[in-house]
Amino acid sequence: MSLLTRNKAPKLAEPNAGRKLFGSRGATITVWIIAIFWTIPTLGLFTTSFRPKEDISSNGWWNLFVHPHFTLGNYSAIFSTSTVSGIPNGIMPYVINSFVITIPAVIFPITLATMAAYCLAWVKFRGSDVVFYGIFALQIVPIQVALVPLLNLFTGGVHIGSVTLVPALHIAGKFLGIWVPHTMFALPLAIYLLHNFISSLPRDLMEAANVDGASHFMIFRRIVLPLSVPAIAAFTIFQFLWVWNDLLVALTFTGGTEGIDPLNNKLAGLAGTWGSHWELLTSSAFVTILVPLIVFFSLQRYFVRGLLAGSVK
Amino acid sequence: MPSFWSDNLPKLGQMFAAIAIFLAVLTAIFFLAGRANGKRQRPIAIVVFLGPALILLLFGLLGPAIRTLLLSFKGSASKHWVGFNNYQWLFTDPSMRIVLRNTVFWILLTPIITTGLGLLLAILLDRMRRESVAKSLIFMPMAISFVGASIVWEFVYKFANPNQPQVGLMSSIAHHLGFEPPNWLLTQPLNTFLLMVVFVWSQTGFAMVILSAAIKNVPADIMEASSLDGASGWRLFQGITFPMVRSTFIVVLATMVVATLKLFDIVRASTGGNFGTSVLANEMYSETFIRYDAGRGAAMAIILFLLVIPVLVYNIINLRRERTIA
Repeated sequence: MSLLTRNKAPKLAEPNAGRKLFGSRGATITVWIIAIFWTIPTLGLFTTSFRPKEDISSNGWWNLFVHPHFTLGNYSAIFSTSTVSGIPNGIMPYVINSFVITIPAVIFPITLATMAAYCLAWVKFRGSDVVFYGIFALQIVPIQVALVPLLNLFTGGVHIGSVTLVPALHIAGKFLGIWVPHTMFALPLAIYLLHNFISSLPRDLMEAANVDGASHFMIFRRIVLPLSVPAIAAFTIFQFLWVWNDLLVALTFTGGTEGIDPLNNKLAGLAGTWGSHWELLTSSAFVTILVPLIVFFSLQRYFVRGLLAGSVK
Repeated sequence: MPSFWSDNLPKLGQMFAAIAIFLAVLTAIFFLAGRANGKRQRPIAIVVFLGPALILLLFGLLGPAIRTLLLSFKGSASKHWVGFNNYQWLFTDPSMRIVLRNTVFWILLTPIITTGLGLLLAILLDRMRRESVAKSLIFMPMAISFVGASIVWEFVYKFANPNQPQVGLMSSIAHHLGFEPPNWLLTQPLNTFLLMVVFVWSQTGFAMVILSAAIKNVPADIMEASSLDGASGWRLFQGITFPMVRSTFIVVLATMVVATLKLFDIVRASTGGNFGTSVLANEMYSETFIRYDAGRGAAMAIILFLLVIPVLVYNIINLRRERTIA
């Protein structure tokens, strides 16, 4: 399962060490051509967001490079706190909503998953393997399957006949009503990835701590948490991107409550109503894209390390 | 702006309060449970560590999955049992036929293209001296939401009448090449493939990063030994590189199959599933939340799940084998 940790950093191949499937120069050129192709669509959005409204509708974005004509007006429009094309306060409230939704929806599942992963890896009990496989299996339950029943649980509780198992929680349309589903849906993948990482921590370390009489809680806090930082960071990226970029969960559980809509949802809605306001749509879209990009590039060095302990063989 | 801050400060307050309460409760439980000693320590630890996650999974995924299964055998208002009617409708209705056809196209094409392209890039990257910038550029779309992506691609696929300025990139290129651009996103079945391009664009970076790490992990001595033996180029790839990364390739492929099946946002945000582009996951949403037929929606969700089961079984078999080796 965990080649990186088991083999203790195998001697890495030097680039070009007898691997001449393609020449180095040919490879470089091919990769750069693909990279440029991959970037053009985003570049189009980026440049459009700096163009005046009249220019956007009268000629293609690439003309900006021939006839430079920039404006920051689109950004000042969407960030102004007065009404912009029918949206009071611009897009700032939705940016805030996105953060308010995303940050707890990252912290909650990671914490709970790290705990569960430690338990399944190091506090084995009868049936712990079955539990692990069960959780692994839940990873592929399409969340579509869970949406309606979960929404019913929030609004009506769970009843068998006339016996109320769980009362109505009344959290739909509140932030809590989005944090909880995101936490639930994130757990299987989080537990699986973190379990792979945590189970590959050195056995001697755990046993030594046990012999010293440290409780599981102490071991968890002092040893497991600090050592799992790469895996936790890798999953943080995943979960942040997933929640920030999510449309389905937010569409279902905000129930169109204006006050808590995240930016991504608002944008999806605006794509219709702002159909003629490309200058506003592109600048808003760029804001939506920028935040996860910053998160990704600042945690990037952990990404492969944390993920691979689990999945690369 | 007083009104702006009075609207939004409380939200941030809620967020910090929720995080603080969550962490405080956990700390308190850890503190209390940590004081237990002797025989009771282990069971208490198991309950504390595993309990919250299991309860959430029970109510969040397992329970709802079972309920959805039941709902799929009930009518639109979930009052009467209708047997397999929903499933029968799903496989016989003419409009559903397009949806199923598209879903099959998506599953057959996108995972293999995305993973294959990712592998090709990973191999190429391995030949490069410096790779970071190009790699980041190709990975970047992964961080962009599908809603964002559909706006990004709007500028590629945008259509305008021939007598109007062409602001879409593909239309403009077609124009310069001297033929009339079609209305890209309205032309069937071209539009489905154009949406697949968006998916491939978005996910190839992920496949590339994972596979690139796997290739770097192929021990150098094996590569050297086989190249000394005269293996090179395609033979080296076929004989050594690919077998060494095969299991990673399959894991990535499986991830892509699941992602494809769950695919919802691209279709929803770009065409709304109109013009013959809908897929099962999108239709399931429309059926449940727009046409309010919970039964049909549930039946689609179950079909989605059934389609994923082979991937699941394969993964578990793989996982068991790897755990016994490790």
